[in-house]
Amino acid sequence: MPMEEKVRSFLKSSFGDAIIREDNFREQQSFYIKPDALAPICEELLHDGELDVRFLSDITALDWLGHEEENNGRFEVIYNLYSLSHRYRFFLKVHLPANNPEIASLTHLWQGANWLEREVYDMMGIRFEGHPDLTKILTPDELEGYPLRKDFPLTYEVPQFSWNKDQPPEVIK
Amino acid sequence: MGLEEKIPDSIILTSLDKVVNWAHKRSMWPLGFGLACCAIEMMSTFASHFDLARYGMEVMRPSPRQADLMIVSGRVSMKMAPVIKTLYEQMPNPKWVIAMGACASCGGVFNNYAILQGVDRIIPVDIYVPGCPPRPEQLMDGILKLQEKIDKESVKDRHEEWGRKAV
Repeated sequence: MPMEEKVRSFLKSSFGDAIIREDNFREQQSFYIKPDALAPICEELLHDGELDVRFLSDITALDWLGHEEENNGRFEVIYNLYSLSHRYRFFLKVHLPANNPEIASLTHLWQGANWLEREVYDMMGIRFEGHPDLTKILTPDELEGYPLRKDFPLTYEVPQFSWNKDQPPEVIK
Repeated sequence: MGLEEKIPDSIILTSLDKVVNWAHKRSMWPLGFGLACCAIEMMSTFASHFDLARYGMEVMRPSPRQADLMIVSGRVSMKMAPVIKTLYEQMPNPKWVIAMGACASCGGVFNNYAILQGVDRIIPVDIYVPGCPPRPEQLMDGILKLQEKIDKESVKDRHEEWGRKAV
C-alpha cells in the first residue's frame, strides 16, 4: 500500500470526525483537519511505528483575508510533516478564526516546533497554547502588528519625489 | 622665492593639508563587513581581478578601531541599524562612509517595515554609489570620488568640526 493510502486510512479510522477534506496538488497531499484534533493526530503519527512520521519540517501560515467564507476561518496554519523512513511528505492544515486565533502547541512532541511556532506568532499573530516562550523571534521589539497579515501596510514610507521632497518622510501606519 | 635653491634636495616644501590628505586618501582602510548582495560585488572589487590595492585600500580591517572607511554594502535592516551605528561610532576620526547600492542609499525596492530607508538616517554618508548591485567599476568610481572629496578637505576645518583646537 502506498504511503499516501496508509496515512489516509490511518486518519480515517482513528480520527474520522476530524478530517474536513483533503486535497492533492501536484502529488502533494494535504489533509484539512479540525484545530482540536491537531495535537492528538500528531502524537499518534509520531508514535505510530509503521507510519513513522517523525520529522516536523516546517510550520507556516496563510492569511485568507477577504476569503474567510470559503475557508471557514481567516487563518490557515500549515504543518509540513515528513516520514524519513518512507520518504513521504504531507501537510496537515487547520483553519482558525480571525478573532484570537489560537491552536495547541506541538513543542511537547517536537522541540523544533519551538522556533517555528514563534515565527508564525511573530509574523501572523497566531497564538500557540502551551508554548514555553511565545515571544518575538524575527521582528524588532518596537514593531507593533504582524507583518505577514494582509491588512499590514505594504509600504513603510511614502517615496519622495520632486513634488514632495520638501516634506518630511511620512511613515505609513 | 628663491628659498628652494637654498635648502638641501632632501627637503620638500608643501602644505600640511596636502600631505595629510594624501596620506588619508592613499591608505584608506575599509571596515570588513558586508550586509547583502552588494557585499559580493565589494569582495570582487577587493579581489585580484579588480584589485583595489591599486588605490592603497586593500586591507579590510576586522576592527572598527583601525578602519577609516565604512562601505555600507547592502540593505540595513531595522535590527541591524543600531549595530551599524555603534560600529560607526567606534571608528576613530577622520572617517568616511560610502552607501553602496540602492538599498543602502534609499531603501531600494524594500519599502517595508523591515528595512531602514537609507543608511543616511543613522550615519552621515559621503558618497552614494547607485546600482543594484553596483558593478566593481562603479564602486571604484565612488572610491575615487571620495578621494577627490578628501583632497578638498582641510585639517583645520576637520578639527573645528570635532570641536578641537587646530594643530
